[in-house]
Amino acid sequence: MVAAAAVSTAPVPLDPSRELILARIRDALAGGVAATARGDVGSAAHEVAAGGAAAPGDEVAGAGAPGGAPSAAFARTYGVRGTLEPEALIELLCERIGDYRAEVRRVSAAELPTAIAQALAGAGAARVCVPSAIPPAWRPVGVEVVEDASLSFDELDRVDGVLTGCTVAIAETGTIVLSGGPTEGRRAISLVPDLHICVVGEEQVVETVPEAMAQLGELVRAERRPLTFISGPSATSDIELNRVEGVHGPRLLIVLVVSKETA
Amino acid sequence: MSTALPPFPPAAHEALGDAQLRANLHRATHTIRDKRSRVVAEVADWEELRDAGRAIKTDVLAHLDTYLTAFERAVSDAGGHVHWAADAAEANRHVLEVARAHGVSELVKVKSLTTDEIGLNAALEAGGVHAVETDLAELILQLDGDWSSHILVPAIHRNRTEIRDLFARTIASPSLSEDPRELAEASRVYLREKFLHAQMAVSGANFGVAETGTVCVVESEGNGRMCTTLPPVLVTILGIEKLVPTFADLEVFLQLLPRSSTGERMNPYTSLWTGVTPGDGPAEFHVILLDAGRTRVLADEVGRQALHCIRCSACLNVCPVYSRTGGHAYGSIYPGPIGAILTPQLHGIEHAPTLPFASSLCGACYEVCPVKINIPEVLLHLRAKAVQAGGDPGEASAMKGARWLFGGRRRFAAAERFGRIAQRPLVRSGMLRRLPGPLGAWTRTRDMRPLASESFREWWRRRQ
Repeated sequence: MVAAAAVSTAPVPLDPSRELILARIRDALAGGVAATARGDVGSAAHEVAAGGAAAPGDEVAGAGAPGGAPSAAFARTYGVRGTLEPEALIELLCERIGDYRAEVRRVSAAELPTAIAQALAGAGAARVCVPSAIPPAWRPVGVEVVEDASLSFDELDRVDGVLTGCTVAIAETGTIVLSGGPTEGRRAISLVPDLHICVVGEEQVVETVPEAMAQLGELVRAERRPLTFISGPSATSDIELNRVEGVHGPRLLIVLVVSKETA
Repeated sequence: MSTALPPFPPAAHEALGDAQLRANLHRATHTIRDKRSRVVAEVADWEELRDAGRAIKTDVLAHLDTYLTAFERAVSDAGGHVHWAADAAEANRHVLEVARAHGVSELVKVKSLTTDEIGLNAALEAGGVHAVETDLAELILQLDGDWSSHILVPAIHRNRTEIRDLFARTIASPSLSEDPRELAEASRVYLREKFLHAQMAVSGANFGVAETGTVCVVESEGNGRMCTTLPPVLVTILGIEKLVPTFADLEVFLQLLPRSSTGERMNPYTSLWTGVTPGDGPAEFHVILLDAGRTRVLADEVGRQALHCIRCSACLNVCPVYSRTGGHAYGSIYPGPIGAILTPQLHGIEHAPTLPFASSLCGACYEVCPVKINIPEVLLHLRAKAVQAGGDPGEASAMKGARWLFGGRRRFAAAERFGRIAQRPLVRSGMLRRLPGPLGAWTRTRDMRPLASESFREWWRRRQ
């Protein structure tokens, strides 16, 4: 992976449309708005906010951002940090995932292999794809396991399901986020097969979207990881607004939430 | 687009006569409206999020040149290619060039208003490249040669019977039923083949992050993930106003957009990618930064807030005009209240002079807008411009006459006395049902109360 901090020094070749658009923008803005952008764009203009509490009225984004000269500072008064106790947090996640008509089960680390086997059997899956770096305990037994080593899309289309981990889960919205890490694999494997079983550790659960974005921002800045937010199975409401689960993505999403203590 | 759009009033009149359309629209807009209200109500800091959304967008526009060049640099550093398009034709040309460079004759597309706006499909077709729409609703419209009538639910004007007949005729077997489940399955089967083997994809984007060069696509069906992940070449067209300064800013919009749009806490899939990732997703990635009238909108200090729009479509669903006429009457890919302020600004007020009047100014759109675009304010601003650009001369002289009449007490009282006599033959069961001459325009669609038999002043004098 290329370090995100690297900045190209190659001169951008002169593009007449580029110059035209930038000139139009400067003309349009000549009417008297402030002249400097918030921070230096690449700065941690929002670290102030991400680390703060949900108390209203006390944060100004961009203020004091390192290397930045904030001009369009604004109050970041919305909630950032969650307030739930650990148990309530996990319950909220499960409830919200369930609202999307995904299956969700809470299991201990010891119960996980059985839960995986049951999920696969319940969906009638006989061939399952896994990223090459999943923990041994997750490895499904009793079915054919296909490790993803650049399977073709046609080959992926012929497996019955996929088993992955995740990077973070957001309780408030019932969302799991994959970022191409070792237990998550490349984006295609959690997309093409019809069944997706996702293992979520309780320690990976956050309450709010801003809490998740703070973690994910680190991965994007440092490693340019591609991110996929998944909230339930794929769905459409295009026909008379009737919700139909399962269009192009997996029709069945099963989330297994593994408790902390015995992990 | 340089040609004038069809005027709103006759188009609306025609739409109002279509009972099926009105029934479909009523059901659809009310269903989404209710879902939205429920999920917005559970967010305690909704108003604070709206304020933040507006503040971020205001900042983006105020420093658009800085953020665009930062975005350009970040995408290049991440292995992507950045192109600039001053107008629609140039954007289409860029896409066609990429297709030709790879010898592609068919590509897959994610639903994108921006590509509809610039007429990409027709331009590609003219260049020998077929673009397959992959969003279910967009596929329905493409197969039928129809066009979108709602930002979020483009085929909102079509019911299941119409869709079944269309699919049975084009992509599925004649034995297809009307069950939405079966209809969705038909599109899944038809498109899967395309996804797995497409050599190129085109997408729009919801957001671009200046800080990191990250591009974000928000969707439901998974066709967005298919298009942005499987084909080896990806071209994304991004309106220049779609930027946000930092990655963290997305935390605001990823809360505002799904709840405002589909009425969900979060949409099923959101994809974010930053340039190219070896071994994962497309090996070649292009971004086209599109102006096509946006800088013209930016130059208007009142009107530029229309560029805050994140295309959620909440304003359509609450609008008393849209929910009756539907989207086609607006004559543009951007219908409803946001379309009434965006279209005339993107194309020039002289090309869409009737759109700013397609509103009752009730303000419901402003109330639901997740980024607080003051749509009524912009509507009034654009009405003034439309009048300056050559409004109705009859109306102008009538207003002048009214000013003279209302300007003197005696004149006004005399006019009242005259009116009372003149109206006599026109009153039917206590109402004026039809006025003569040009005044008939008013009573064509409404009844009017006659002048009272006695004015307040007369009554007061009598009591003294």
